[in-house]
Amino acid sequence: MAKDVAVIGVGQTSFVRGYEGSIRELAFEAFREATQDAGITQKDIAASIFCSAPEYDKQRSPAGVLAEYLGLIPQPTFYIETVCSSSSSGLKVAYSMIKAGLHDVVAVVGFQKMSEITSAESQERMGRGADIQWEAPFGTMMPAYYALYAQAYMAKNGLTHDDLRDVRIKSGTYGQTNERAVYRKGVKASDFDPSNPDARMAGAVAWPLRVGDACANADGASCVILANAEKAKAFSKKPVWVLGIGAASEAVNMAARPDFAKGLSVGYGAAAEAYKMAGITAKDVKVAEVHDCFTIAEIMAYEGLGFAPMGDGKQLIREKATYKEGRIPVNVDGGLLSKGHPIGATGGSQIRTIVLQLRDEAGPMQVPGSPEIGLVHNVGGVGLYGNVTIFGR
Amino acid sequence: MGFEKFGRKSFTAMTKVSKFVDLLEEGKVEGSVCKQCGAKYFPPRADCAACMSKDMDWFEMPKSGKLETFTTAYYAPFGFEKDCPYIMGVADLGGIKLFARLAGDIKPEDAKVGMDIMIRPLKYDDGQMSFEIAKA
Ligand SMILES: [Zn+2]
Repeated sequence: MAKDVAVIGVGQTSFVRGYEGSIRELAFEAFREATQDAGITQKDIAASIFCSAPEYDKQRSPAGVLAEYLGLIPQPTFYIETVCSSSSSGLKVAYSMIKAGLHDVVAVVGFQKMSEITSAESQERMGRGADIQWEAPFGTMMPAYYALYAQAYMAKNGLTHDDLRDVRIKSGTYGQTNERAVYRKGVKASDFDPSNPDARMAGAVAWPLRVGDACANADGASCVILANAEKAKAFSKKPVWVLGIGAASEAVNMAARPDFAKGLSVGYGAAAEAYKMAGITAKDVKVAEVHDCFTIAEIMAYEGLGFAPMGDGKQLIREKATYKEGRIPVNVDGGLLSKGHPIGATGGSQIRTIVLQLRDEAGPMQVPGSPEIGLVHNVGGVGLYGNVTIFGR
Repeated sequence: MGFEKFGRKSFTAMTKVSKFVDLLEEGKVEGSVCKQCGAKYFPPRADCAACMSKDMDWFEMPKSGKLETFTTAYYAPFGFEKDCPYIMGVADLGGIKLFARLAGDIKPEDAKVGMDIMIRPLKYDDGQMSFEIAKA
């Protein structure tokens, strides 16, 4: 396990609906927190990387605009996009630049003000991240794509609607303890019961997925500051090292996907590469953040990451193994299902959670036993891009 | 031009494989096959990623297979709202797959993973051309 590049600072805004400010001010909040966390100023940062999904941005070429507002000029700045996994991809680029010796300290800022456009516009634009030539003409939308996976997966692997509901209940349990989450109410089984007139989550969206199976749009920003070993030791009392990075991509078109019952191929592709680089196995991971834009995505991630055998992810939620006190705690910050999913900021928020866990600073969300190795699984589109990053103390 | 006639509503008018729509009008659902290396593609492509050839031909897709997965949409994007609910799915036609809507006479409760299906072209009232997954 090479300890060459470390996270020395993390920051995140609250994820909210309708942020009362511009994208500059949103990004500033996360960046300010991360620099204070690292105990550094802009002068110490050699380069910056901004990450978002451009379909939500009214501002073109946002990296330069935000770098100026954050005080990061004249250092070079870059823009990285892989939709929902943009800021994890940004971390990979920052890691590469540091390893190559180009820059010693790099800030990765993820942001998305999804409320820049109306929710109707947002639904349509989100669909543009799928195949507009061959699939959008049928009337596709994001939940429908995940529902294709859910249907085949449930038919083959015995996963039930109750299991999916229980993923959402777990998320709600922890969302209540995360003051940065957009959705902070607990979730009960009766919320999914169609015979209950007040059931908020029971309505069908794209069957078999229901309202409660989906995460919410939100505005938010995140910031992760990385440094080489020399700078990390100079600046930080508690550096968290990047031990392994894996990434994969897959055909956009559903007609070219290998096996819907096996989940997203980018999940297991990226995981295998990250484990190999870190020189560890799934058993060594003590806390994880996985991409739960839909409940089914969390179950599929359990298997792609090797926390459960293929087809058996349901056992982890049935046995509460992914609760805070369980064998492998997953999304104990409430996940995207509770936090909300500001596309470009999502990966950085997941990384922040794992960094705080490995520093024993996660407050009410802290996993007991001082975890030494944590993992972030961040997917872009419907498994179009996959990023798995492993961190250690 | 020509591809604006594809689907319930097309999002792109120009592609080198717009002949796909003309073939639909002739009642054929066709993929593309590389003349150099024999790689088969659906949706069709103008270029072969297997051997980098641009020399492609058309082949008629198998007409029958099994439904690999599906979903029923209860909400829809702009321009598709009136169709709700509608079912979309992936058919496995024996090694080559195809994504499409399921025929309107298949009720959500009747669709099943693994059911036998057939592929057929479809012409909408407004002249748009598509293809659909129907009961075998
Ligand atoms: Zn070829």
